[in-house]
Amino acid sequence: MLLQIKNLNKSFAVPVLKNLNFELQKGEVHALLGSNGAGKSTLCNIISGIYTADSGSFEYCGQPYTPSSLQAAETLGICMVMQELNLFPTLSVAENLYFRSMSDRFGIVQHQAIQQRAIKALQTVGLNYIDPAQPLSQLGVGQQQLIEIASVLQRNIKLLILDEPTSALTGPQIDLLFEQIIQLKKQGIGVIYISHRMDEMSRIADRVSILRDGELVATEATTDISTDRMVQLMAGDESTSIDKKESISQPCVQSDSTLLKVENFSRRTKNQSGGDSGFEDISFNLRAGEVLGIGGLIGSGRTELLRAIFGADQAHAGYIRLASDEFKVQRIMKSPTEAISHGIGMLVEDRKSQGLLLSHSVSKNISFAILDRLTSKLGLVDQSTEQDLAMSMKKKLGIQYNSSQQPISSLSGGNQQKALLARWLAIEFSILLLDEPSRGVDARAKSQIQTLIRELAAMGKAIIVVSSETQELLKVSDRIAVMSNGRLAGIFNADELSEEKLLEASFCFYSSEGNQLETTNART
Amino acid sequence: MLEPKSKSHIRLPWNSLGLVAVLIVLILFFGLMSEYFFSAVTFRTLVNQIPALTVIAVGMTFVLLIAGIDLSVGSVMALCAAVMGVLIIDQQTSIAIALISALLVGLACGAANGFVSAKWRIPSFVVTLGMLEIARGGAYLVTNSETKYLGESVGFIGSPIAGLGISAALIAAILVVVIAQWVLSKTLFGRYMIAIGTNEEAVRLSGVNPLFWKVLVFALAGLLAGLGGIFQLGYLQSADPNAGIGLELAAIAAVVIGGTSLSGGRGSVVNSFLGVLIIAVMQAGLAQLGVSEPSKRIITGLVIIVAVLFDQFREPLGRLFQKKRAA
Repeated sequence: MLLQIKNLNKSFAVPVLKNLNFELQKGEVHALLGSNGAGKSTLCNIISGIYTADSGSFEYCGQPYTPSSLQAAETLGICMVMQELNLFPTLSVAENLYFRSMSDRFGIVQHQAIQQRAIKALQTVGLNYIDPAQPLSQLGVGQQQLIEIASVLQRNIKLLILDEPTSALTGPQIDLLFEQIIQLKKQGIGVIYISHRMDEMSRIADRVSILRDGELVATEATTDISTDRMVQLMAGDESTSIDKKESISQPCVQSDSTLLKVENFSRRTKNQSGGDSGFEDISFNLRAGEVLGIGGLIGSGRTELLRAIFGADQAHAGYIRLASDEFKVQRIMKSPTEAISHGIGMLVEDRKSQGLLLSHSVSKNISFAILDRLTSKLGLVDQSTEQDLAMSMKKKLGIQYNSSQQPISSLSGGNQQKALLARWLAIEFSILLLDEPSRGVDARAKSQIQTLIRELAAMGKAIIVVSSETQELLKVSDRIAVMSNGRLAGIFNADELSEEKLLEASFCFYSSEGNQLETTNART
Repeated sequence: MLEPKSKSHIRLPWNSLGLVAVLIVLILFFGLMSEYFFSAVTFRTLVNQIPALTVIAVGMTFVLLIAGIDLSVGSVMALCAAVMGVLIIDQQTSIAIALISALLVGLACGAANGFVSAKWRIPSFVVTLGMLEIARGGAYLVTNSETKYLGESVGFIGSPIAGLGISAALIAAILVVVIAQWVLSKTLFGRYMIAIGTNEEAVRLSGVNPLFWKVLVFALAGLLAGLGGIFQLGYLQSADPNAGIGLELAAIAAVVIGGTSLSGGRGSVVNSFLGVLIIAVMQAGLAQLGVSEPSKRIITGLVIIVAVLFDQFREPLGRLFQKKRAA
């Protein structure tokens, strides 16, 4: 037995964990499953010493264990890789990997030595094409996540906590991560694994514990429990049936009216290491009432494409045409303001840094994009209309909060995401661009968001969804465009597309240039 | 229905009350220490000194709210006063025209600050540092480096109104505080300022162009510096090109004592005004106690740091306060 917890209680004004029992064997991967707010992160924060428990007994390696701080836990070999990246974008990859051991005893950074060591560390997570001297900021989010995992693997660990490590990773990157986890198991290291991806449970976990509202509802061997059952346990009484979810993949009534034409759209930017990012020569049509999924690897240009349609960045070549201009005007959106005035909205990929106004209340976040319309000629904001808007969105989207004056920072990820969706629903849009709409969102909120996407399409809106989750793409999309290395690999009907086919398409423009890509990336 | 309405009123958060408490403690302290402090003359002198700093601190509050800084306000104030003085003395223009010209000069300086820093994404620290030099140079240039004495013609601005004891400038300054607080808590502009200070990228991606609003904030700060120049000129009855040196730091100190965050997104105009009063009471009180100028500066410096320390631990203290009240 590596870790045993009995009768753990913790509350922040309200109880967050109630009489929780949990155990972890040596060499075991124990998954934690639950909606956001179920208490998974709190449990992990207590184990890793960030929070202290109110009551309960702990045993670690046969000894009583009272974690007092993150550092104390780390010296005992307990490490956590958090959902939010804790890295330094302007430092090099090697300096990030060896942040605490990069200098000699005089405080001089040993560049040569740490870069040598970094090459090996990068291999363990399959990033051997990355130059360790490269600034971290040039890497994608998925790659940065792997760097963070690699840096933890360098330490002497006995217990590893991974909090949604795969949320930003693509298929092959996940495979590599799982290989590493299997290596850790062989060394007798215990792993606590949090993820919202159900399919990963049976792949990597030995046992799964399901939390609901701070209580442990079940601990089962993953071989003994089906995905459906896990979802049922997580959701409790309001069981989300799988049939309902599948029914949303039925194509809704489709009109032939095209709303958006994207023609030879390109935006290429060179990063300092000589690598390309962006997209090239993308053309497609988007019809009213359809959901167009965009698949592909992270870094294949999906986000960049959405941002350029929305005017957050400007396209370098090509243009879009809109039904509202009768397709007569070739447009490149110069700003989000311009895009919004043409009825285009966009839910951003990273809600914390690009979407949320963290110090504002929930209602102020919801009303923000239409605030000018809630304002009198004197400039006065009509706060009662603003409240009404928040209330109606709360009902419509099932956003859970106590008071609309509550700061949005106090909401769970799923509710924050719904509030941001509400911001766009408040404007009169005809085209909505969604970048990873269910990233970092619990299973229930996720299925609610997916249902909402279909409902919007049924109302005649045109929607583009970028997602790294194949299941989600297949579930919500009518058609799926697959991007590969900045180019369009093809557009498929969702019901004709299999996961293998999608993956194949995602890789098609990397394969011929794969080696070239590696060498350009490795060059400084 | 009643409950949300009462919430939407201008709330006096406990740190406002805290500042009022500090102010009262300071007044009592100086009153006990010095027999002359509790007198109408002292208070009249004190409050009639602060209009310029008050309106400049209001502008500074807005600038800090959007995570900017304006170092040029002291110089801009001197330039505006200089322009006004020269127009009245050398050009013989009417006072109304001189007033408007001074305000326009302030507005232009502020707008330039805002446009250059927001349009080309240059830190406002650097741009306004440049403007600090430019405006000071301008003030020397228009006055030929001489103080312009205006005499009674502008006395109506800064001299106490008979029977009231306070000046027109002070009334105007308090009016500015009230209006600015209302703008901040009730209007679209106020909401956008806080949002820009919190997450500018999110503002842009919500379809609001931050450029316009940022320029507006700096232009307002410039305009208020101009107004401060007019008040100063009325108070001194002269236009001194050396006026307002270091005033930007006094304004920042007042705003910071008032609890406005230097990293943007949080602040209050009323609290900045209380900050101004605290500084003014300390200056006057220490002077009456016969504390030397160097010691006064050391004490003022310490107070600023302590105030920010308090602000740093404001939230834990606030929670403690709420818990006690609930219990």
